[in-house]
Amino acid sequence: MALDKQAETAKRQFKVVGTRPNRPDGIDKVTGRARFGADAVAPGMLTGRVLRSPHAHARIVKIDASRAAALSGVKAVVTRADFPEPPAHVADVLDNCMAGAKALYDGHAVAAVAAVSPAVARRALKLIEVEYEVLAHVTDVDEAMQPGAPVLHEGRTDETVPEGFSGNVISRCEFGHGDIEAGLAKADRVVERSFRTAATHQGYIEPHACLAQMGPDGQADLWCCTQGHYMVRNTCAAILGMEVGQLRVTASEIGGGFGGKTTVFLEPVALMLSKKAGRPVKMVMSREEVLRASGPTASTSIDVRIGMTKDGRITAGDAVLRYQGGAYPGSPVGMGSMSAFAPYDLENVRTVGFDVVSNRPKQAAYRAPGAPMAAFAVESVIDELAKSLGLDPLDVRIRNAAVEGTKSSYGPTYPAIGAKATFEAAKAHPHWSAPLGENQGRGVACGFWFNFGGDTCVTLNVNLDGTVSVSEGNPDIGGSRASMSMMAAEELGIPYEQVRTIIADTGSLGQNEVTDGSRVTFAVGLATIEAARQAIRVMCARAAKIWGIDEDAVVWEDGAAKPAGPNAGQFPPMSLAEIAAVASNTGGPIAGHCEVNAEGAGVSFATHIVDTEVDPETGAVKILRYTVIQDAGKAVHPDYVEGQFQGGAVQGIGWALNEEYIYGEDGRLQNPGFLDYRVPVASDLPMIDTVILEIPNPGHPYGVRGVGETSIVPPLAAVANAVSAAAGVRLTDLPMSPPKVQAAIQAARG
Amino acid sequence: MRYEAPQSVDTAVALLAEAAGSAHVLAGGTDLLVRLRSGHIEPELVVDIKRIEGMRAIVEEDGGWRIGAGVPSAELGEHAGVRGAWPGVVEAAGLIGSTQIQGRATLAGNLCNASPAADSVPAMVAAGATARIAGPGGTRDVAVEDIPTGPGRTSLRPGEFVASIYLPAPAPRSGDAYLRFIPRTEMDIAVVGCGVALTLDEGGTCIAARVSLGAVAAKVLLVGKAAAALVGTAVDDTALAALSAACSEACSPIDDKRGTVAFRTHVAGVLAERAARIALSRAKG
Repeated sequence: MALDKQAETAKRQFKVVGTRPNRPDGIDKVTGRARFGADAVAPGMLTGRVLRSPHAHARIVKIDASRAAALSGVKAVVTRADFPEPPAHVADVLDNCMAGAKALYDGHAVAAVAAVSPAVARRALKLIEVEYEVLAHVTDVDEAMQPGAPVLHEGRTDETVPEGFSGNVISRCEFGHGDIEAGLAKADRVVERSFRTAATHQGYIEPHACLAQMGPDGQADLWCCTQGHYMVRNTCAAILGMEVGQLRVTASEIGGGFGGKTTVFLEPVALMLSKKAGRPVKMVMSREEVLRASGPTASTSIDVRIGMTKDGRITAGDAVLRYQGGAYPGSPVGMGSMSAFAPYDLENVRTVGFDVVSNRPKQAAYRAPGAPMAAFAVESVIDELAKSLGLDPLDVRIRNAAVEGTKSSYGPTYPAIGAKATFEAAKAHPHWSAPLGENQGRGVACGFWFNFGGDTCVTLNVNLDGTVSVSEGNPDIGGSRASMSMMAAEELGIPYEQVRTIIADTGSLGQNEVTDGSRVTFAVGLATIEAARQAIRVMCARAAKIWGIDEDAVVWEDGAAKPAGPNAGQFPPMSLAEIAAVASNTGGPIAGHCEVNAEGAGVSFATHIVDTEVDPETGAVKILRYTVIQDAGKAVHPDYVEGQFQGGAVQGIGWALNEEYIYGEDGRLQNPGFLDYRVPVASDLPMIDTVILEIPNPGHPYGVRGVGETSIVPPLAAVANAVSAAAGVRLTDLPMSPPKVQAAIQAARG
Repeated sequence: MRYEAPQSVDTAVALLAEAAGSAHVLAGGTDLLVRLRSGHIEPELVVDIKRIEGMRAIVEEDGGWRIGAGVPSAELGEHAGVRGAWPGVVEAAGLIGSTQIQGRATLAGNLCNASPAADSVPAMVAAGATARIAGPGGTRDVAVEDIPTGPGRTSLRPGEFVASIYLPAPAPRSGDAYLRFIPRTEMDIAVVGCGVALTLDEGGTCIAARVSLGAVAAKVLLVGKAAAALVGTAVDDTALAALSAACSEACSPIDDKRGTVAFRTHVAGVLAERAARIALSRAKG
C-alpha cells in the first residue's frame, strides 16, 4: 500500500510545487509594514509590566501592592491571589506565569501592574513590596538529582523513579530492545563517555508581546505573537475560568519562535489586568525578560556506551540521559531518549531518561526538543569509535543505517525513510573529500526527528472572480502561507498568484494544533489539498448541472471542468473562473473544507558535514565550510526548505560553540542579553550549503515530510567532531567556547 | 529628566557644574541611551555636547590630530590623515559595536564610559594620546590612561567633560596595532584587548614602545615592563616572548561570564605578541 502510494507520488509531474515564487509576506516585512506582536494598539490602551523575583528560590511570605495601587495612573495590580484555582492541566502554566507560594527561578513573575504609561508602570513596580524567605537553590542537573539537593516541589516524583534520588527527579523513561551486555561482549571496542550541554535559548528576534481586551460582558479579545493562537485561547480560557468561545485570539506576524512560542507567559496576566482595569492592556517583554523568564531548552548530562566490531558494526548502544527542564516537570528527555539511536538499525539498544526540575525558567520547546543533545552524545561516540578503528565515519553509518523495515530504537518499525540516502549523498558530496589545512578538522553527524500531524482545519473559498482564499489556523513561521497557496494552486490547476492564504483567528476555524513538530507543511498542506479537492468536486457538480449531465461524467483537468469523455457529451471546458462567476445561479458560493487529525507524518533524517579551524593559542573556532544533506520528502518551496536547513544548522552551531545560560553562585542569570548570550552573527558563518533529498513520505498526497526541526539535530555533534579533529582532543562539554577549547588543548599537549 | 544641548563649552560646563542630581554627558549616546532605556540610570540632567563648535571636527595640530568629542568612529575611519598616522587607533575604534553604532560612537565616549574592556582605550594609551578636559577651572590636558579609575569611574571632577582627544605626531619609523579577543567575529566585547605602538631607529632597533592591555584589570593598563622588553631589541622572537610573558604577568583579571582568569592571562600574552608583529611591520613600512 505504502509502496503504491509512493510510486504514484514519484510519478506525479508538479507544475507549482517545487518552484520558487516570491513570498507573500516579503514586501511587508522588508518595508516594516508587517504587524508584529508589539504593533497592536487599541483605544485607551494601558501598559502592563511584570515584577519579577530577584531570587532563584524563595517563599513568597507577603506581597503588599497597596502603594502601587494608590499611585496616580495605575489602573490595576495583579498577583496570584487574583486568579481562580486552576484546572490541573494548566496549574503549572499558571504558576509559571504568576508565582504562587514560591518564586522558583530568577525572573519568575510575582506581580503585575497596568498603568497609563510605561514610566508610571515602572514606578509602580518599585512600590510593590514583596517579602521573600530566600531558600537554597540548585540550577545544575546533576546536583539537582542528588539526595539532599534543595527540592522545588514536594511529592511530584512519580512511581517510575527508583530510590536514591532527590525529589527533583520527576520521572524516568526507558526505551530499547535486545541485551546490552551481550551486545557489548561481541564488540571489538567499547567507548564510554560522559557529555554535558548548556541550556540555550531559541533566540527569536521578536520578544513576547500581546494586547488583551476584556469587556464587562465577559467577552475578550487577545492579539499576540504565538506559534499557536488556539493553544493560547484554550490555555487562557482555562486559567481565567472562561468559556473558550468567549475568547477570540488573533495571531500577529511572528518574528521567530523555534518552539519558544508554543506556550503562554504574558497572555493570562494581560487578560487579568484588562479584566480588573476595564481597559485594553498591552504587554511587551524586554530582551532581558525574554532570556530570564521565557522558555529556554534543557541543560543536560548524558552518559553513552557503544560497542563496535572492527569492521564497523554497532553491537550495542546504551545511554543515560538527564535533562533539567527548569522549575516544572516536562523536560524533553523522553524525545531525547527516543531519538538518540533512531538513525541506526541496532540489535541491542537502550536509553534511560530522567526528567529533572531545577531553579531555572520552565523550558519550552526548542526545535526538535531534546534530540540535539542526545545526538551530540551518541554521534560523538560513534565518531570516536570509527576513527579509533581506522574506519570512515560515513561508512560506519552506512553499515548501521536504519532502513525500511528496521525496528527503530524507540519501538515502531520504519516505512520508507531517508537515513541511508543522506549518508550516501554525504559520502558522494565533494565536501567529504576536499583537502584540509593545518589546525583544521572535519566532522560529520546524523540527526533524526519524528515530525508530527495533529488537529488541523482549512477552509478554501472560491471567489467570484476566480481567485481563491485559503484560511488556515497556524501562524506562518516558516513560509506556510506560500506553501499552502502553492499546494492549493497545484491541486486546483491555477497559477500561484491567484491564491492568497491567511491565518484566521480562533473564531473562524475549528481547533488547530500549534505550529510545531514540523507539522504545518505536512498537516495543513494535506488539509489544503483535501479542501481543494472538495471544492473541485463542487465545481464539477456545478458544471454538470449547467451541462445537464451526471456529476460523475465531469472531470477536473488543468484548472477546468471537462466532460469525462465523448460519451459524456460535447461541451467546452469551464474554467474555475467561469464556474465561480455563475456560482450564485448554480447553488451559491463555492468552498472546500477539511477538518482532520492528520496522521502519517513521515520521520526525517539529515547528515551534516562541517570543517572547522581551531586557533590552538586562543581556542577560537572558525567554521570554514558547512553542508546540510536532508530528506524533505517533497520540497514544496525549495527556498524555504533550504532556509530551514540553514537556520537549523546555524542555531546548532551557536549551541555548539558559544550559546549558554550562565548562572552565578546566587542562582541569578549572568547573561540576560544578546551581548553575552552569544548567537552567531553573519560574519561568523560561511554560506551553509544544502542538498535536498526527496524520498516521498507515503503519508502525504505529494510526499511531503516536515523539515523544520531535523536540521538542528546533527550540528552539535558535527561541530564537536570537527573541533575535536582540529584540536586533537575530544571535546565533550558544550558550548565549546574558547576558554574550554584552549584549556583542553593545553591539557592534551602538556 | 532635563535634556540640554548647549552651543558653547562654557554653557555646558555651567550646566554640569550646577546640576543638583546626577548629570550625564551625551556624545554619541551608544552607552548612555542603552543604560537610560534599560532603567539602569535615571539621570536628572543630560547635556548633549554635539552642538558645541569643534566637537565634530578633526583638526591637524603640531603634526598630530585633535579629534572632537563628538566625532563618530565612522568619520574617524574615513579620515586619511588619522588613519595614516595611527592605524591601530582607527582600527580599534572601528571594532566598537556595529556599522550603525559606528555612526554615533565616539573615542571620548568610549574613554569616559570607563569600561575596562573599551576597545579604543588601549590603542589610545599605546599611542600616547591625551584628553583635553573642559571644566569650571578652564581646560587641562591629561594622559588618556589617567582618565578611567575603575569600572564606570573616571578622574573627571564635577562640571568637567572631555572635549577632545589628541593623538600626537608619530615619530619616523613608528607603527601601532590593536587586537582584541572575542568569541565571535564582531558585535562583541573584548575578553582581552591589547594595543602596541613602537618606534624603530634606522637600523631596525626598537627605540620606543608603549604596550597597553584592556579587560584584564579594573582599568586599562599601561604595561611598562612589556614595553621595556621591546626597547633595545630588533623585536625578534626572544623579545616577543619576553613581551608576551610581561603582559601575562601584568594581568589581574576576574573570572566571569566572558572568560576565566587563566584564559585571559594566557591570551593577553598571545595577543601582545601578535599585535607587536603587526606594529613592527607597520613601523618598517
